[in-house]
Amino acid sequence: MEEKVLRNVLEINDLVVSFEMYQKGFRKKKLEVLHSLSLDVKEGEIVAVVGSSGSGKSVLAHAVLGLLPKNATMTGNIKYQGELLTPKERKKYLGREIAFIPQSVDYLDPLMKVGKQVVGVYSSKERQRQLFEKYQLKKEVEDMYPFQLSGGMARRILISAAVTEEPKLIIADEPTPGLNVELAMDTLRHFRKLADNGTSILMITHDIDLAFQVADRIAVFYAGTIVEISPTGDFLAGGKNLRHPYSKAFITALPQNEFQPLKGTQPYAGDLPEGCLFAPRCPKAEIACNGKIAMRDLREGKVRCIHAT
Amino acid sequence: MQLKAENVSFQYGENMPWILKDINFAVESGERVGIIGPSGYGKSTLSKIMAGYYKPTSGKITLDGESLPQKGFCPVQMIFQHPELSVNPRWKMEKILNECWKVDEDTKHAFGIEKDWMGRWPNELSGGELQRFCIARVLSPETKFLICDEITTMLDVITQAQIWKVLLEVSDKSNLGMLVVTHNMALAEKVCTRMIDITKWNK
Ligand code: SF4
Repeated sequence: MEEKVLRNVLEINDLVVSFEMYQKGFRKKKLEVLHSLSLDVKEGEIVAVVGSSGSGKSVLAHAVLGLLPKNATMTGNIKYQGELLTPKERKKYLGREIAFIPQSVDYLDPLMKVGKQVVGVYSSKERQRQLFEKYQLKKEVEDMYPFQLSGGMARRILISAAVTEEPKLIIADEPTPGLNVELAMDTLRHFRKLADNGTSILMITHDIDLAFQVADRIAVFYAGTIVEISPTGDFLAGGKNLRHPYSKAFITALPQNEFQPLKGTQPYAGDLPEGCLFAPRCPKAEIACNGKIAMRDLREGKVRCIHAT
Repeated sequence: MQLKAENVSFQYGENMPWILKDINFAVESGERVGIIGPSGYGKSTLSKIMAGYYKPTSGKITLDGESLPQKGFCPVQMIFQHPELSVNPRWKMEKILNECWKVDEDTKHAFGIEKDWMGRWPNELSGGELQRFCIARVLSPETKFLICDEITTMLDVITQAQIWKVLLEVSDKSNLGMLVVTHNMALAEKVCTRMIDITKWNK
């Protein structure tokens, strides 16, 4: 039997991102925020990266989109449709094949009316009107400036701006806060439809319930790396089908499950343990966990743990 | 004790739409009342009114029949969704923690606040760590009611479960009354003693 092998639209290999920070007394310090992170998104697939806010998830989106600040350094590689995503390539694709839904309106041009921004460089007024209607934005909104938008409106504008060109890849950084439940669900359904038509979506979110609704696979982000990537079904089935001890603990802590917390906190980027980043909280930790732990394939997913089964 | 909203209505300005209209309800000590509903129904506005941050356009908030004290420590305290916006970025954590009262060791321990976090700046802590500070600092013995506005919405679920576990213990022990604003039904069912569906109120 022949199985259809889906192409990787986005592939991230061993991504390491550090920021150079000045400390008191003008000493420079390097703060590594992403640690050999690997991830792929296939054609027509929605992958949700789930983790707490302020844990560096956005840096992942920014690295893919070339939006890292000047004091950042990056190693590893990012491929789009099998080709290295260099600054030149990125320029070619961004806004057309690759779209970004940022976390805040700060990414919009504050001096340009929003209707015009949604039309952008490549799209048409008609398409914009169509999207405004879909996202329940009144016609007057076209002539507003970003500062006049409410949170929910801003979110809808950002989404419309991203989908005008029916992109091949969408990177969405917390796409739904500020939307009411119906609109959030509607947005997700729209994502699903886009994906079913071949668009790949990388959705970064702190909201696991959202991920449950639409994602094909869920990647669990912990302390600056991804510790497990598995089909969404494995998460819905509770902890037992999951691979990494953190993902299991994560699912157990959900209020709809046991609501039982694991002790401890995620380590601070400036103060990371050697080896497995989860070791200080892991019930199964042993000496071997202090070494480098690589991501490996396991069942239908991937995990970064030597004991996972 | 009883924290009560009496005929509370709110609008941001004349001729602006009513965000809340003639709201009446009360929270008793020891009760955890969930206010459930999607965004856009004025849940956050109501929280701020109950905590005395906003004045209602009409109606009043009373504590055992009296209006909330204007001076000194307010027995009704509020915790917000975004801890990073409710701390002074120029203060170190030690100072932030002890802003309202000298937080005791038990409370620090219960929230897992570690010693070496004290010397850090707010931007050197994660959202979950910061939120622990923001909660601990309002749990003074004089606090009788806590208004919690989506306080774990932005945190990961483990931190959420940790924080609520401690909050439930504290509220039981000190007989606190709590108003719990959330859009998360599963969470409300686990932590609240009673729920109010805000969509049934108005609009
Ligand atoms: S590698 Fe070791 S410490 Fe890390 S999660 Fe696996 S068992 Fe636990």
